[in-house]
Amino acid sequence: MLVLSGVLVVIVGFAVGLNPLLVVTVAGFVTGIAAGIHPLAVLADFGHAFITSRYVAIVWLVVPVIGLLERVGLRERAQTLIANFHTATVGRLLLVYLLFRQITAALGLLSIGGHAQMVRPLIAPMAEAAAEKNGPLDEDTRMIIRANAAAADNIGAFFGEDIFVAMGSILLIRGVLQLNGINVQPISLAVWAIPTAVLTFLIHGARLLLLDRRLQRAREVRS
Amino acid sequence: MIRLEYVYILAGLMFGAFSVQHALDRANPQRWRSAVFWGAYAITFLVGSHLPDTVNGVLVLVMVLLAGVGGLKPGAARSTSPEERQVSAARTGNWLFLPALVIPAVAVLGTLFLKYIKFDGVPLVSPAQVTIVALALGVICALIVGIVMLRPSLGAPLQEGRRLIDSVGWAAVLPQMLAALGALFAIAGVGHVVAKLVTDYVPMTSSFVAVSTFTVGMALFTIIMGNAFAAFPVMITGIGLPLLVTGFHGNPVVVASLGMLSGFCGTLLTPMAANYNIVPAALLELKDRYGVIRVQAATGGIMLVVNTLLMYFFAFRH
Repeated sequence: MLVLSGVLVVIVGFAVGLNPLLVVTVAGFVTGIAAGIHPLAVLADFGHAFITSRYVAIVWLVVPVIGLLERVGLRERAQTLIANFHTATVGRLLLVYLLFRQITAALGLLSIGGHAQMVRPLIAPMAEAAAEKNGPLDEDTRMIIRANAAAADNIGAFFGEDIFVAMGSILLIRGVLQLNGINVQPISLAVWAIPTAVLTFLIHGARLLLLDRRLQRAREVRS
Repeated sequence: MIRLEYVYILAGLMFGAFSVQHALDRANPQRWRSAVFWGAYAITFLVGSHLPDTVNGVLVLVMVLLAGVGGLKPGAARSTSPEERQVSAARTGNWLFLPALVIPAVAVLGTLFLKYIKFDGVPLVSPAQVTIVALALGVICALIVGIVMLRPSLGAPLQEGRRLIDSVGWAAVLPQMLAALGALFAIAGVGHVVAKLVTDYVPMTSSFVAVSTFTVGMALFTIIMGNAFAAFPVMITGIGLPLLVTGFHGNPVVVASLGMLSGFCGTLLTPMAANYNIVPAALLELKDRYGVIRVQAATGGIMLVVNTLLMYFFAFRH
């Protein structure tokens, strides 16, 4: 039971709004000490795990390219492009992106999307431009639109990738079942990800179209 | 053979350059704070593989203290004005998208084909690392295309890169910190305590209760760990297999597949999945750190119910 104290530190720390890096570090030491691990060993464990998970930070290699393109107006160009599509709305644009992300993820092409290389330079500015066609945006609306662009990327990736047979999660499921003496084919696991993928598209897609209506109502109230 | 280590050295050089820019930025009174933060991060990439774990731990601790107590201040941004951007965007037109599209194009082609390139039977890139190496290659190609096309000043990519990474700040290293915390949770056996608590206190009298316990347990445990992959082995061996498959004769394929997807619903709801939920909030300069989670919450909750019902209706059909 005592080892759960680290979980408590995380919940309280995040709820109070302390710096997450600090919260995570304290939680790590609390968990380690509760489990009877020497603080110096906890420090070494932290160092080791930090080094072995460096691959998650490789995505930051894109910042010089994206920064350079932003300098010469990539986001502005993305906005001009979408302003020329008269039928484009925030909801419809993100709906198309959601579908694109789900399909490409289902084909194993996860690296096509992503927040640093796709959402910040292209999808979010396009979504904002689609809304700005109806007049200037207030700050809160802009924030909601951007958050929705990021959410579409996540949801599309999560509920598309498991249809691809060679995806890490499918291989993990197969491996764990194998350890427990159950042999399954990756393809049958992938097939059972399809109903959820379709329903996700319908449900989140409906929410995106509702977002359009919400933005519309907010505009009418203001005018 | 192209190894991951080369990509890490490339990243180390980039973060090192950001650190030097901060050190030279006399306009920022807290420049040393940022310079040391990104410098320590650069060291973990350049030589981290050769340093003792404790030394890496100390580097991490230094970064945490710099960012957590007092915080990092972005340096002076020497970028273009919105008007200049409008003008150059109109001049370059849709060609501007080319370098941005080179990244995913090369990353995808690399992922698909790099593993077939062999020299004397030795693959050019180790198959396990092919996605990451392909992404790095995509960035290098995009940078070359961008520089040839736009002819910026030599330092511009690194200056602009630093501007962008400054807007992300400490959140850039949070995913790695959470991976480290996840590893500690695993060493301390947090998962088994959670699984035991659940099975001890929930009466598993009907298959519906058992299914709901498994799916909600997957989501909750993913919320705690920030990662469905960490939750899955614990929950499937603790609840999924003994109760649903052996006890109620459920189909292990349906149970396992929908169990993992229930975990993904948890990923949508937790700040612990920092690279999906907290990093984009920083990248998009949202005022609310949890803004992305707030938008995702309803979809995550509904999909958890949907997965539970799907499992209940389809796992026990034979």
